[in-house]
Amino acid sequence: MKVLVAVKRVIDYNVKVRVKADNSDVDLTNVKMAMNPFCEIAVEEAVRLKEKGVATEIVVVSIGPKVAQEQIRTALALGADRGILIETDEKLESLSVAKALKAVVDKEQPQLVILGKQSIDNDNNQTGQMLGALTGMPQGTFASEVAVDGDKVNVTREIDGGLRTVGLTLPAIVTTDLRLNEPRYASLPNIMKAKRKPLEVVSPADLGVEIKSTQTLVKVEPPAERSAGIKVGSVDELVEKLKTEAKVL
Amino acid sequence: MGILVVAEHDNATLKGATLNTIAAAKAIGGDIDVLVAGQGCQAAADAAAKAEGVAKVILVDDAAYAQQLGEQMGDLVAELGKGYSHILAAATTTGKDFLPRTAALLDVNMISEIVKVESADTFARPIYAGNAIATVQSNDSIKVITVRATGFDPVSAEGGSASIENGSAVADKGVSSFVGEELAKSDRPELTAADVIISGGRGMQNGDNFEMLYKLADKIGAGVGASRAAVDAGFVPNDMQVGQTGKIVAPNLYVAVGISGAIQHLAGMKDSKVIVAINKDEEAPIFQVADYGLVADLFEAIPELDSKL
Ligand SMILES: Cc1cc2nc3c(=O)[nH]c(=O)nc-3n(C[C@H](O)[C@H](O)[C@H](O)COP(=O)(O)OP(=O)(O)OC[C@H]3O[C@@H](n4cnc5c(N)ncnc54)[C@H](O)[C@@H]3O)c2cc1C
Ligand SMILES: Nc1ncnc2c1ncn2[C@@H]1O[C@H](COP(=O)(O)O)[C@@H](O)[C@H]1O
Repeated sequence: MKVLVAVKRVIDYNVKVRVKADNSDVDLTNVKMAMNPFCEIAVEEAVRLKEKGVATEIVVVSIGPKVAQEQIRTALALGADRGILIETDEKLESLSVAKALKAVVDKEQPQLVILGKQSIDNDNNQTGQMLGALTGMPQGTFASEVAVDGDKVNVTREIDGGLRTVGLTLPAIVTTDLRLNEPRYASLPNIMKAKRKPLEVVSPADLGVEIKSTQTLVKVEPPAERSAGIKVGSVDELVEKLKTEAKVL
Repeated sequence: MGILVVAEHDNATLKGATLNTIAAAKAIGGDIDVLVAGQGCQAAADAAAKAEGVAKVILVDDAAYAQQLGEQMGDLVAELGKGYSHILAAATTTGKDFLPRTAALLDVNMISEIVKVESADTFARPIYAGNAIATVQSNDSIKVITVRATGFDPVSAEGGSASIENGSAVADKGVSSFVGEELAKSDRPELTAADVIISGGRGMQNGDNFEMLYKLADKIGAGVGASRAAVDAGFVPNDMQVGQTGKIVAPNLYVAVGISGAIQHLAGMKDSKVIVAINKDEEAPIFQVADYGLVADLFEAIPELDSKL
């Protein structure tokens, strides 16, 4: 079974982003970039499926600028077999990304497509579901367990009230939640080996898709700052403050 | 052109988040219809008809929507939503699951988790774990939006008298099915609706120690939450996670116990009215957002707090 994994290049999750002085956007100059954490979990899940003999080939795809090759190489070092970069410097919104991914799905015919549930930059949580609608595939979003069984997959999903399991007919889409697995680190030999794995670069036009923007970023502002309050010296003082000053007890 | 709000419900009851979503629809302005899709969900539809500001309730009562699976809901909302200018759902795990499918079927983009309505086409939403607020203008013909409940005060659950109209189901493609569910059973208030929340982190050390927090919470009618580290370590179930990728809460009082205050955790609670932090490390970043910080060993402070309330 072929597995397609979508990985996105984003700001490293440890970096606290700053808003530009002119409020036009966030400032990403000289900021450390990395693979979106949920995409790392997606790659790891695919690699585990391959180790179990369920997956036969893992293809990773990213849409973005030339430098996104770094994140594809990381995925290759983690165990993916080959990569595809759909290179574009255009501003990306989820619908265009989903359309580009659909073109890759049409060409590659994977049985399972694994995406992260959410990009940690735009916090959208949209692309996997959109791809599901465009391809007509069912989806197991926010997955904490994936069990492939013949031509079906059971996905346990993290929902607000607890856990829910859905049964999907393959081909299907899975979006990863945090507890699906703990991604491994790439070993040095595997990083070296990844440099020789195939990485195809195509343009959106090659795939017959147009990257279109339908949203205008009017402005980006820092959130209302919360200033640190006071330190209390004892539990008694805390109770007293909560009762008489904050009046929340 | 009107606004279609997709109700959040469990067939028997209308969930509170629906009222916050209707509030966002009111801020946009226009006739508001509410879709209640489920099975045996008449009671939820009746409740929706009583909510303030609702013009009409569309009830689709069909086995296909019993568990509101994303595929079926996505198709139904795209079909019924075609004639509206806006389609809104609460940013819950149900809304987040089906609404992007609806958007793609309508060939439009979606705007996730808005916290403010600037105008009928312009909305504010947090990005980068809440470290920036983006104002986004949509040029799409239909605006498809999830609403973060903490950004909008709910409309009143009473006082409305909307008509209820039956809508019909759309064909099920038969590629997904419901297998089972493990729902957390708790008499404590739901996190997204709680007035007071006490959350524990890795500092709690194990699941048994959470009993201290449950006991204290029950005394003051609080909900209990957790950091991702506490959930990952298996101390407590996933539905208790607060943060960028868990629940977004804004209670009157949030007490963080043994939580360091990572940006991903802060993203879920920093709009709380009053924040208390109890942590033995005085350098912990949680103190930078806390109104009242107590540097103490939680294993001493929590029992003492319990005895004094
Ligand atoms: C993509 C992504 C998404 C994430 N989403 C979330 C999310 O939604 N929610 C979330 O919470 N995290 C999230 N995280 C994880 C986050 O980065 C932190 O790792 C996590 O919040 C840490 O949890 P913690 O504060 O409980 O643990 P720690 O950071 O280990 O802090 C434990 C704290 O307990 C204190 N402590 C220990 N013992 C005691 C004691 N006896 N008395 C008092 N204090 C004590 C310590 O001083 C320390 O400050 C996410 C991370 C990533 C990469
Ligand atoms: N530009 C992109 N290239 C590849 N995959 C992407 C891209 N954008 C989003 N995705 C995938 O979609 C998931 C959810 O992203 P989002 O809908 O932006 O929150 C990510 O974790 C990726 O798996």
